[in-house]
Amino acid sequence: MLIRDTSEGYGLISRLFHWLMAVVIVAMFILGVWMVGLDYYSPYYNSAPDIHRSVGMILLFALILRWLWRIGNPKPTDEDLSPLERKASWGVHWGFYVLLFALLVSGYLISTADGDPISVFGWFDVPSVVQARGLETPAGKIHRILAYATIALAVVHSLAALKHHFFDKSTVLTRMWSGPNQSSEKDRHE
Amino acid sequence: MKFKRAAFAAPLAATLMSVPAVAADYKIDTENAHAAISFRIKHLGFSWLTGRFDKFTGTFSYDEKNPDASKVKVDIDTASVDTNLALRDKHLRAADLLDTDNFPKATFESTSIKTTAPGKAVVTGNLTLHGVTKQISFNAEHVGGGKDPWGGYRDGFTGTTELTLADFGIKRDLGPAAKTVELTLDLEGVRQ
Repeated sequence: MLIRDTSEGYGLISRLFHWLMAVVIVAMFILGVWMVGLDYYSPYYNSAPDIHRSVGMILLFALILRWLWRIGNPKPTDEDLSPLERKASWGVHWGFYVLLFALLVSGYLISTADGDPISVFGWFDVPSVVQARGLETPAGKIHRILAYATIALAVVHSLAALKHHFFDKSTVLTRMWSGPNQSSEKDRHE
Repeated sequence: MKFKRAAFAAPLAATLMSVPAVAADYKIDTENAHAAISFRIKHLGFSWLTGRFDKFTGTFSYDEKNPDASKVKVDIDTASVDTNLALRDKHLRAADLLDTDNFPKATFESTSIKTTAPGKAVVTGNLTLHGVTKQISFNAEHVGGGKDPWGGYRDGFTGTTELTLADFGIKRDLGPAAKTVELTLDLEGVRQ
């Protein structure tokens, strides 16, 4: 089992990043939409945002590590895509990095606008870096827009993956799930 | 000579004073923050939560001899709400509470002032908050006034009222103990 990425496909680390973050990001979106509608007397009124903030900070670190891992590894080939598809997939992939980074930072700014740190599950504090009067309100609006944009991009990304898998008989989906070895071996045997 | 002048001056002064006095106009000293708009509301019925509106401007007129002829007008920037917790302030500005995007301004303008005791009065007027205008009354008190050390003349007042949030279309349920909020205006004005 490959740890690093190769030109054939994704190694274990990239695949773990991909699927774990995908599940957590979708869960965070659902948690976020649900928690902002909570009644003041809900038992989760305080704990749900605490969990959301904690997970968000972990996602921010994970995103930075993932980006470092991405630029430090060979890029798996996408030559079975058309030039247009290749451009689109480049846009979607880097769009995710930019959107997620902005999304996570905007969330961080909501909670730290008046100087309070974010406690990550009580394990450690992420200090406030930027303080500005009233910053929490524009940051919150941006956070909401970016969250919906991220999910929209995820839908595009998923539909594209399914299209490549079912219509183009491409291995892009299977290699993200099981790595490069199986598919490339299979290709060789065929 | 001195007596003569005094004899002349006295009736003149009396005449001036008997003329319905023109109230002096004051600008509320928000620039140097000798004025505050604060509120408090019960948290769960267990304690008082306090907050302020940090940005506002206003003027009043005041005539010591005829306080009932006084007037006061205050414009409040609702988005400047500050309860010392950014997350709560964000929620207070949001659509289910102050909705500051749609209602960025709150105003109070007095319509009548009735002196109840020396230095005390009920100040009635229209409060526009959350897009709803309603008549409310403050129990107000003249705190003090006179020449300040820097060549100006100041007068200061404090007034408190109690608002029912639902009256102003703020429907968010904050619990049975938090239906109403106490609003206090502390206003020091510099005579213009």
